[in-house]
Amino acid sequence: MYPENFRYTKEHEWVRVDGDTGTIGLTDHAQEQLGDIVYVDLPKVGTRLEQGKSLGSVESVKAVSDIYSPVSGEVTEVNDALATAPEKVNTDPHGEAWLVKIKLSTPGEIQQLLSASDYQNYVGAEGGAH
Amino acid sequence: MTQAAAPTLKATALNSTHRKCGAKMVDFGGWDMPVQYSGVLDEHHTVRRAVGLFDVSHMGEIEIRGRDAFALLDSVTTNAVAKLNIGQAQYSGLLYEHGGFVDDILVHKVADDHYFLCVNASNQEKDYEHILAQNRTGAEVEFASPRYAQLAIQGPKALATLQKLTSVELAPIGYYHFSDGQVSGTPARIARTGYTGEDGFEIYIAPDRAERLWNEILDAGQEFGIKPCGLGARNTLRLEAKMALYGHEIHASITPYEADLAWIVKLDKGDFTGRAALAKQKSAGITRKLVGFEMIGRGIGRDGYEVFQDGAAAGWVTSGGPGPTVNKNIGLCYLPVQRAKPGERIQVMIRNQAVDAITVPTPFYKRAK
Repeated sequence: MYPENFRYTKEHEWVRVDGDTGTIGLTDHAQEQLGDIVYVDLPKVGTRLEQGKSLGSVESVKAVSDIYSPVSGEVTEVNDALATAPEKVNTDPHGEAWLVKIKLSTPGEIQQLLSASDYQNYVGAEGGAH
Repeated sequence: MTQAAAPTLKATALNSTHRKCGAKMVDFGGWDMPVQYSGVLDEHHTVRRAVGLFDVSHMGEIEIRGRDAFALLDSVTTNAVAKLNIGQAQYSGLLYEHGGFVDDILVHKVADDHYFLCVNASNQEKDYEHILAQNRTGAEVEFASPRYAQLAIQGPKALATLQKLTSVELAPIGYYHFSDGQVSGTPARIARTGYTGEDGFEIYIAPDRAERLWNEILDAGQEFGIKPCGLGARNTLRLEAKMALYGHEIHASITPYEADLAWIVKLDKGDFTGRAALAKQKSAGITRKLVGFEMIGRGIGRDGYEVFQDGAAAGWVTSGGPGPTVNKNIGLCYLPVQRAKPGERIQVMIRNQAVDAITVPTPFYKRAK
């Protein structure tokens, strides 16, 4: 379910690191909890993100939730497809529905994040299953 | 993993049924209720296109009986109870003396000496106390909620679904009329009312029959594609139909005139609680009014967001979200009355950003007759 090559936050974001680029997204658990996603608000290219700070927001039919950046860096690419097809976050949260790519400023931050198995245990303990 | 409802939350007779069926449960005003089953959008479209089943047993019931039932009810509600025929239902308001809403309610006339009220879940005790406190007649006021579960069968296939389970002829029951009979052997009050903007029925039954009936209705509607629905879809459906939600469009500081509900106020019927305040407001004129809007810019105006006109704070959003059928981001807001006409440019403050929107005529959605 949760790719081994991603790292995860307790706020339900993931990041995949390729060299000095981090690709950020929302976890399957997040989309499951949110329900039908109807809007994703993302930063512009060039925005500097700080680990643990809001990078944007995601809205389901019912509610708005902040998205927190799992790592620090500068936004290099934004997934514009989500502007017209936010429901992709529900259908492919770990793939097609990545949110932003950033140039990592502090690659060591990755070490503070959860592994796939730790995250799986975390959402299991949170009572995510129903 | 099935969890029981938190002990502090109230639960309907169908609580365990919802949990068994995989509903996502939330705390809704102190009630442990299903917010969704298959998904809010899927459920919304199912109600517009076919039929959906809702557990709305959290709603309250108050019964007023006796020779003075009419006099009491007419003195505490805004609409003209005298206009009701037996078997007819009426949307009405319970007001404070200052003209603000205690609640919005449905009044059903069962007999000349018997009225049945359906009231909002979170207001039921307050409504009961409010009516009781003003009862200077011999009328009997009963807090009847524990005796009823309520199911809503809504959508173009609601009639066909329910008709399979009852010998009561449903087609002749007019909109906002009801008939007492049996559904699948269970005594039921069958009302052609709803909170979705679709044709449909709301049935009142004994709580211990609720689970069986829930399952039988789902079976009966299977050929039409019926789905169980949660409160999430109920909210998007009622918003498109511009039906008020207590705590949002209406509350203790809002009058029926401001809420665009002048049609439920009958000033000429005689005195009622709040009448003097309303008469005064009618002659002085209201200063703010509820109006619909559509987002132009990207974003969704949500409940409580500020609304600006010409760079100045002008009002607030009472309800807002995606309208799945109208396929726009829609909402309702209060604006100064002179600027509350359709076609006004407004800005909704979405997380400190002013996003363009425009006021529009309502309802956003109206079903084809």
